[in-house]
Amino acid sequence: MKFRHLLTAALAALLATAALADEKGLDNHVKRTPYYDGLTGKKVVFVPLAMGFDLTEGWAAIMRKQAKDLGYSFDIRDPNWSTDAGTRAITAIIAEKPDLAIIHNPDLQSYARLEQRLVQAGIKVLQVNLETTNPTDYYVGADWVKVGLIEAQALVDHCGKGTNTSGKVEILEGQPTAASNLYELYAYYHVFADHPEIKVVADQAATYDPSKARAITETVLQQNPDLCGIVGNWDNQDVGAGAAVQAAGKTGSVFIVTSGGGSQTGCDNISKGLLSEIVSYDVPLQGNALNEAIVQLLLSPAKAGEIKSTYFTPLTLQTKDTISPHNCWTLDQLK
Amino acid sequence: MPRIKPTQEGIVFALAVVLFAAFSLTLSNFLTPGNLIALVRSVAILGILGLGMGLVIIGRGIDLAMVATMVVSSSWVLALATHSDTSLGTALMLGAVFVILVGLISGVLVAYATVPPIFTTLAMGLVVYGIGRAWLFQVDVQNTPGNSRFFELLGRGTVLGIPMLIVAFGTLALVVWALLRWTRVGRFIYATGDNPAAARIAGVPLRLLMVGQYVATSLIAYLAGLVMAAADSGMSTRVYNSTMIYDVLLVVVLGGIGLSGGRGGVRNVLVGTLLVGVLLNGMTINDIPYTLQNLIKSVILLFAIIVDSIINPRDEQTAQQEQGDI
Repeated sequence: MKFRHLLTAALAALLATAALADEKGLDNHVKRTPYYDGLTGKKVVFVPLAMGFDLTEGWAAIMRKQAKDLGYSFDIRDPNWSTDAGTRAITAIIAEKPDLAIIHNPDLQSYARLEQRLVQAGIKVLQVNLETTNPTDYYVGADWVKVGLIEAQALVDHCGKGTNTSGKVEILEGQPTAASNLYELYAYYHVFADHPEIKVVADQAATYDPSKARAITETVLQQNPDLCGIVGNWDNQDVGAGAAVQAAGKTGSVFIVTSGGGSQTGCDNISKGLLSEIVSYDVPLQGNALNEAIVQLLLSPAKAGEIKSTYFTPLTLQTKDTISPHNCWTLDQLK
Repeated sequence: MPRIKPTQEGIVFALAVVLFAAFSLTLSNFLTPGNLIALVRSVAILGILGLGMGLVIIGRGIDLAMVATMVVSSSWVLALATHSDTSLGTALMLGAVFVILVGLISGVLVAYATVPPIFTTLAMGLVVYGIGRAWLFQVDVQNTPGNSRFFELLGRGTVLGIPMLIVAFGTLALVVWALLRWTRVGRFIYATGDNPAAARIAGVPLRLLMVGQYVATSLIAYLAGLVMAAADSGMSTRVYNSTMIYDVLLVVVLGGIGLSGGRGGVRNVLVGTLLVGVLLNGMTINDIPYTLQNLIKSVILLFAIIVDSIINPRDEQTAQQEQGDI
């Protein structure tokens, strides 16, 4: 009897406190309810260039984690480097009508029209790291012109006036029509125009292939044994150029600057002496920025295509002196 | 009146010589030992794959799975050696078992199930790549283990000043040449390629020989993969998505090995490789843009195929048989 009284009293007390908290708004439902309810059940689809490499695997790991946590679906349609398969995937997405499509563009043009059609169908479009000429709801990624300016300036510092070098540099392009490539090229030539002592002895496309980068660099080194620097489009590609420089016994005398996602593989290549400097666009940071953009787009009452925002993710410099386990990430950490 | 009919090999060789002479005269650093080594080095992998492809085409087959086999087997070896406790020796052994299995499956499908080789190996390439991406490695770029003497030697070692890459290409060329020229197996391959039905009646163990050919191309692809990984300090499976398999066919067809089988030899592969090498090297030195390079390369392939169909016309009597024609 006594016990039952006690229990009732306790329950009543509990209810009273709950009601009190409710009144004071301490459950914060004003913010929590629209946030969580607005996100659960939403559909997000990601079309990368391909899965299986550091950048896309890194972003996907971070995005998947948040999707699971907040209860919206996250699907990947992997076209495996085929623009054709990507076009089919996006066309299918238009019919499928998810809430948000995240697109990693192989070049400036291919998907531009399709993205317009996505927006017309009421699907918001978030472009990641490689953009098209048409801005959509959001772009999260590197500012490639800035990446190019930093890379070119690094070359000028090592091969320009007063360095007592030949001033000869090699440009290794990636995919010639990709946003990263075109914007970087603009930046290189823009910087080099003010530095006539820099001589571009070769400007060739390696199309993201390290063995092509190696073959090109090998030939260029034969023609120009006094080559001073190489500027490239992507660390995973330019490691081939590093291998050619190393094979020619010129490690250290040829400065190789490139850009990448800042993964452990890139850092390893710096410590092996294959690359000198990586302008990193920091995939873990980009992943977090993507997550924020996803939530914002899913919750915003704006219609698809109504507001167009951009977030250029911060850049960090990785050299032999700055790399540490803190700024080199592995996929397992992100999962 | 006897007429001297130029062979395709002769035409391509002449073309290579003309280009070579032109580049030597116009480019100041073209004719240096260093550049010539770089020239051969840049096409050695292509040449190694071309030797395998040549072998199977002479026997009236084709192996479009070579690039997939090369990429997946070597990436798996690197993944095993760097990310697990497996020693490099064991990893290399497992890689060899894998490629032999791939060759056996292709061979059995072509020889016993009589599926046309072009479809069998096209599908096999997709299967091999799929298996690799699904189970054998996580990411598509694998680096060579940092402290491996094996890859160090293969990638940077030299014999009499000649890089290992070229030595491997040269040795393999000798082996394939000897096989085709001096052994019974070699003669049988020519006989099969020329007229499979006749060869079979004459007592050639046709099916077994075909299986053997696909195992051989798989092993050659494996060798190419290891050498490539050593030379580039890593392997990128993206190579599978490139046009490399067509470049291998280009080397073989350009050299004058007829796609209808039974003709050609190692010399044709070498000539084809040489032309592509001279062309690529010269275009790189001249700093010709990427798209234009592709255009020039494909126009030359088209030219070679036209010449091939004029000089080696299809043999209507043997082309329509069970094994099919590509």
